[in-house]
Amino acid sequence: MHMQFVQNVPFFSIMVCMVSGIVSSMLPGRVAKWITVAASALVAAMNGFLVSFFAQGNSSYVYLMGHFPAPWGNEIRAGMLEAVLAVCFALIMLFSILGGMKKMTEQVDKNKTHLVCVMLDLVLAAMMSMIYTNDLFTAYVFIEIMTLASCALIMSRQNGRTMVSAMRYMIMSLLGSGLTLLAITLIYNITGHLLMENIKETLGVMYASGEYTTPITVIIGLFFAGLGLKSALYPFHTWLPDAYGYSTPSASAALSSIVSKAYIILLIKIMYRVIGVNIVMANNALKLAFVFGVIGMIMGSVNAIGSHDLRRMIAFSSVAQIGYIYAGLGLGVQAGYVAAVYHMIMHAFAKSALFISASALSDASGNSKRFSDLRGAGFREKVAGVCFCVSAMSLVGVPVLGGFISKLFLSDAAITHGGITMWVMLIVLAVSTLLNVLYLMKTIITLYRPAREGFCAPEVKRSRLADFAMCGFIVLNVLVGLLAEPLMQAIRLGLVMFD
Amino acid sequence: MSLIKKLESYLYDDDSALDREIEHSLGEPSERMQREISPETFARREQQVDDLRHALLEEEHEQYLRMHQWSVTKGAKWLKRLYRAMAVCMLAVMGVFLLQTVVALPPFGAADNPYNNEVSQRYIEQGIPETGAINFVAGMILDYRAFDTFGESTVLFVAASSVLLLLKLGDHGKNEKPTQAMLEAEWDDRHYEPKNDEILQFAAKILVPVVLLYGIYVVLNGHLSPGGGFSGGAIMGAALILYLNAFGFEKTGRFFTFKLFRWATFLPLMTYAGLKSYSFFTGANHIDSGIPLGTPGAILSSGLILPLNICVGLIVMCTMYAFYTLFRKGGM
Repeated sequence: MHMQFVQNVPFFSIMVCMVSGIVSSMLPGRVAKWITVAASALVAAMNGFLVSFFAQGNSSYVYLMGHFPAPWGNEIRAGMLEAVLAVCFALIMLFSILGGMKKMTEQVDKNKTHLVCVMLDLVLAAMMSMIYTNDLFTAYVFIEIMTLASCALIMSRQNGRTMVSAMRYMIMSLLGSGLTLLAITLIYNITGHLLMENIKETLGVMYASGEYTTPITVIIGLFFAGLGLKSALYPFHTWLPDAYGYSTPSASAALSSIVSKAYIILLIKIMYRVIGVNIVMANNALKLAFVFGVIGMIMGSVNAIGSHDLRRMIAFSSVAQIGYIYAGLGLGVQAGYVAAVYHMIMHAFAKSALFISASALSDASGNSKRFSDLRGAGFREKVAGVCFCVSAMSLVGVPVLGGFISKLFLSDAAITHGGITMWVMLIVLAVSTLLNVLYLMKTIITLYRPAREGFCAPEVKRSRLADFAMCGFIVLNVLVGLLAEPLMQAIRLGLVMFD
Repeated sequence: MSLIKKLESYLYDDDSALDREIEHSLGEPSERMQREISPETFARREQQVDDLRHALLEEEHEQYLRMHQWSVTKGAKWLKRLYRAMAVCMLAVMGVFLLQTVVALPPFGAADNPYNNEVSQRYIEQGIPETGAINFVAGMILDYRAFDTFGESTVLFVAASSVLLLLKLGDHGKNEKPTQAMLEAEWDDRHYEPKNDEILQFAAKILVPVVLLYGIYVVLNGHLSPGGGFSGGAIMGAALILYLNAFGFEKTGRFFTFKLFRWATFLPLMTYAGLKSYSFFTGANHIDSGIPLGTPGAILSSGLILPLNICVGLIVMCTMYAFYTLFRKGGM
């Protein structure tokens, strides 16, 4: 089989991130930062070529990691969806680092900045590996890397709150890893394989013959519980607000948009490529995911309305958006998966933009996250204000922007499903959108009101890099809405390639 | 009507009551204050305000006691009970599910279990000719599935870096004044850890060379006999920790500095990444890698497995030692 050079991209993406992480550990922080920026830019560019490779009509392929073929050696696999996701997340990483670079140097001990860069590199490496892996054990190894690196990112800004939230995150996240590992061992026990295709084949035969029905149900449940816990599905979200609310802006953006999404991508991959969509759809565990997702859609927004701190509010809104994704997955129809993947991409762009711009806005208000101080911040920091508005409107679902499209497709998927689920989904979507409007519009109104009397805005040295990054985020958020049709087609094609 | 008002106030009143209070007290002085008042009225008013304040304080205190008495005594007790009962229920349900699963699994150790399939068969039958390693496990983790093992080594590296981020005190190796935290850690270390313990030192003098040598043997012989980088590295790390415990930081600092630690994790990881990238790239593109496998059984055989074992061994050793020193004193 002849390989084109562009087909090496998945392997290069993983290795570039890993090596830049290792090299960063030896460099001073100011150099390491740029290595990280260069690595994520390079990964985004390379995967862009891979997307164009698939757009030319090439089919998905496997890539041997070594000289031995699949069930014996390691291999990774690339298709349309993988390439698109890789581009999106590498871009998010790039802009998150650029946007939070100034704060990172301020908030992290200067002797330890390079270690934060190591963690950011390795988070991206783990993301790439989870996107491209074709082997459950490889996935687990990179879950471990992701867990440790994200803990370190939370506590990189060392104060009491981040320490407590890092501890909480570690306990919850390790519990999630444990449940996932349990599921992987059970799968290995009944199928004798770790490679995704082989597992799917064996499980399909078993399911048809009615063997091992209890273990298969428990495996599906454990995967949902473990990965749901790690990606902050509603009742398991308690670690999230503190972890996102108090760490450095780059860390918050990376955690909310990359780390929690990586587990969802892995879950989708497991549903499609390991267990098989038909088996998952026939299982009741999926209904549970739908119920949790729907409750999360409401409760996340309610909590966001009740919080008086801008960053915590954005963090709680993540809980609601993760709920959308799980509800989409839980519908159990093809259209629901497409909508969920699109929503995931849209939310990743919007949420990282919100975190980065919120930090710039609160900087312009004397480093306060209270709403009364934030009045007029949109005038003081114009780019950040626009960036915040665009991404908030995208989350709410203003037409043309991404959130509108994803809500449209989610309701479309619900209508395809029909029955009581359809009504629940439609009503909850409407209510949740109203709640979103409530807290995000409140913030936007606050940002563009005249400042409180007697409030003296502090002089802030503007950071051109952050402005550049926020412009990048604005463009990304608008593009994800404008290019919804090609993106949707890519996702559909990618999901077809998955099977 | 009241709902709409509430909504309005939510959208527009971004102040909490506290903010309003602060704003009010910082604002212009009220008219009453500017009026002329006699000392008597002043004293009377002050008395009134004082009384009111006392009454309020007392009431608040009473309320506090009333509310918190319940929450501290009965409330906490009930909550704790509820929490425990829920936890037990949850665990019981989980336990029942998992036990049911275990019953349904294939019997442990049966010959026709699903995992006795073509995968392990090839590892056992073709392992020696394909990887050149007598030790199947080494062949499996460092050749067939070397990418996973690279990930595992990186897990150790991330763990060590996270602990550095959390616990490392002071600058990296520069000759600058020790900070207060460093001095405190030093004092704690001198105070709590054994020092000049003759028995320990005598035992360490005999044991450390042997243990270290054994660790090196386990690493270098990893492709021939049970062992390899992970276990050998752990043994070497244990030897270093024993030496540190017996002789203290000053003596270990002579040969194992922080700088050495950084290089000894960086170089092996880079070597691993470089060697394996070459092998992955050639493998995926169907190019012959040209790495000789040698005669199985010879010490210089089995291609990349020996250098990879050395890399993994160094990483594991450094990580173990770094964990110990960082948790003990926040430095090396």
